[in-house]
Amino acid sequence: MSLVESPERPAATAPRPKAPALRRRHRMQRLRTLGFLSPWLVGFSVFFGYPLLATVYFSFMHYNQIQQPSFVGLRNWKYVFTQMPLFGPALWNTLWLVVVMVALRVVFGLGIGLLVTKIKSGVGFFRTAFYLPYLAPPVAATVAFVFLLNPGTGPVNEILEAVGIPAPGWFNDAAWAKPSLVMLSLWGIGDLMVIFMAALLDVPKEQYEAAELDGAGAWARFRYVTWPSITPIVLFAVVTGVVQTMQYYTQALVAGKLASGVTIGPGTVIQPGYPDHSTLTVPQLVYSLGFQNFNTGAACVLSLVLFVIAMAVTTLLMRKRAGLLPAED
Amino acid sequence: MPRPRMRICLSAALAGAGLILSGCANPSVGSDRDDPTQPVTLKFWHGWSNQAEVKAVDDSIARFEKLHPNIKVKTVNNVTDETVNQALRAGGDDAPDVVSSFTTNNVGQYCSSGMWVDLDPFMKKTGMEKTKVFPKTFLDYTSYQGSQCALPLLADSYGLYYNKDAFKEAGIERPPRTMSEFKRDAAKLTKRKPDGSYERAGFVPNFRLYQNSPDRLFAQWGPTYFDKKGKAQLARDPRSKQFLTFQRELLDAQGGYAALEKFRTKFGDEMSSQSSFMTQKAAMHLDGEWRGLMLKEGKAKFDWGSAPMPVPDDQADTYGRGYLTGTVAGIAHSSKHQNAAWELLKFLTADTDQVVRFANAIHNVPSTFAALRSPELDADPSFRTFIDIARNPHSQAMPPSINGGQYITALQDFSYNAEAGKVPDLDKGLRELDAQIDADNLQSVN
Repeated sequence: MSLVESPERPAATAPRPKAPALRRRHRMQRLRTLGFLSPWLVGFSVFFGYPLLATVYFSFMHYNQIQQPSFVGLRNWKYVFTQMPLFGPALWNTLWLVVVMVALRVVFGLGIGLLVTKIKSGVGFFRTAFYLPYLAPPVAATVAFVFLLNPGTGPVNEILEAVGIPAPGWFNDAAWAKPSLVMLSLWGIGDLMVIFMAALLDVPKEQYEAAELDGAGAWARFRYVTWPSITPIVLFAVVTGVVQTMQYYTQALVAGKLASGVTIGPGTVIQPGYPDHSTLTVPQLVYSLGFQNFNTGAACVLSLVLFVIAMAVTTLLMRKRAGLLPAED
Repeated sequence: MPRPRMRICLSAALAGAGLILSGCANPSVGSDRDDPTQPVTLKFWHGWSNQAEVKAVDDSIARFEKLHPNIKVKTVNNVTDETVNQALRAGGDDAPDVVSSFTTNNVGQYCSSGMWVDLDPFMKKTGMEKTKVFPKTFLDYTSYQGSQCALPLLADSYGLYYNKDAFKEAGIERPPRTMSEFKRDAAKLTKRKPDGSYERAGFVPNFRLYQNSPDRLFAQWGPTYFDKKGKAQLARDPRSKQFLTFQRELLDAQGGYAALEKFRTKFGDEMSSQSSFMTQKAAMHLDGEWRGLMLKEGKAKFDWGSAPMPVPDDQADTYGRGYLTGTVAGIAHSSKHQNAAWELLKFLTADTDQVVRFANAIHNVPSTFAALRSPELDADPSFRTFIDIARNPHSQAMPPSINGGQYITALQDFSYNAEAGKVPDLDKGLRELDAQIDADNLQSVN
């Protein structure tokens, strides 16, 4: 066998040269695809890619947002991880809220969803009543909660004391502050209720009828009919809940400031997280460092830490599907 | 895409991003070459929001415009330091020319960053000798490392308000002058119900109550926060430990931290008629000079008086001192009319007639030598107490720092734990606090 291919016969593996017309068509096709993708590409680059790049860049710089940035190596990273005592409590609080608040919101939202799909009369009223709190602006809702739960003058504690139940300090007690925030989030469960309600109404009725004929009880019907049908929605609620809670800011800040009793005026120095840093979350620390102390480098480090945790948790949830769906092969 | 092309594209993207990012810094730069006699409109941002206070500012501006018909001033009220900070960093045509801040905490940041311009060249140009116009304490808290980037625009001094009726009932003849008298009187004035809850506390010292932040109470000890090299020295200053130990003693003399903290959470809003002193839940109260006006306007149902806060027993000769702070004002680095802005700033801060009229209108302490001596100043004895505190050479303001009030919040955090008894070893805790303040300061150094 000759080692040299005959010049008349091209090698079997060599690509056949494309005709110019074909190449043009492929190029046009690529350009068209790119054209359709361009709005997303622009949005992604401007609102995600560039800020992410900038955050990485500034995490290695000293930058007070007025003088030119200067390179400081790992100084900001070292500061955040070894010299900033508030980083630990802020991270702990954020993760606590992610675990407890998200889990309870999903369970409570599903419970309310089940309730409003089962009730026979006054359906419209109950659905509206459960949904309405979600429409309350977060600041107004938090202000109302802080006043209702004021340990000295709030009606909740007055009632508890009147019936002989020890009244907690709520937002004024470090042990109760985070549970109080969870209560606030459960009060505004309307968003999840609507999503779960839609998912529950979408479960085919025939499957329930078949299960009933097979003698399945209420729990068995939920476990083997309802649950498999709504698991994608539960996964959605968990993932979006984790991402939202990682960014938890407004309610914690407002509750802490109001409960501290300090009058908030133009010259007031307020450290977020009252009481005893129990409501301090990482986003509050990012704002405080970045836009009050103008320590941009350290704020960027914190943002990147938050980003990495959020990405890791989300990836894990999506890969394992939180044990809710059978893993894809 | 072939690898070499990909590398080129990636390098170009990174280089482009780097250029864009470095372009983020340093917004607009102002000018001090304007002619202040030419027609111009200035923007003045301030923090006052109360109707009467805003009127006093507007009246001041009207007087200025009468003196300088070529300069018009647009005021923006209720502006916080955060807004000022962010606006001056963003720059643009809507940024202010003259800015003010209700706190002295950020002066170090304003001066070191160059965000507020150095005023010494303007004073030199117009022949103002600052040491002859402003008391040293006020000049100290408006400058940082040789840069006088702000001037005092009235001051606040802190003293003791006391309920004369409660004093009479407890058989106390005069307000306390030393810390041991303070502790004894506070205990005497405290009244508890049979169930142990409070009817009235003598003095609620808890650092989270209204104006009781640790830096304000600590001023009675006359501490030195930083050494000559700028390093935090709270652990090396024995007064830090004395102050925190006394705080615990004062709490214990009236029932302890936990009981008083619970009582504190039952108080109404600081600025309302439900505040602790107004409702007679506390017989003594630390506050600024403005509280007197509020007590009069709120028609307090008891006889009250004002006095300086007591001092440590071993510093009895410093009685009369107090914590000082105040509004500060300066010129934005981005202002293109800095000479005209200086005319406004000079009028607001150094014109004796203006300073006295403004001080009387908003019940603040004037901040120039001439105004402090003026016979036109409000003669109300309760207000005079605070004028005397401001003039006392032992009175103290917080030293400016490169990162604003970050060291004050660090001190606050530490003090919250110390008063709650969560710091078993104060010496060790104070050393750690110093280390943290130094680390925070280092972070702000370029």
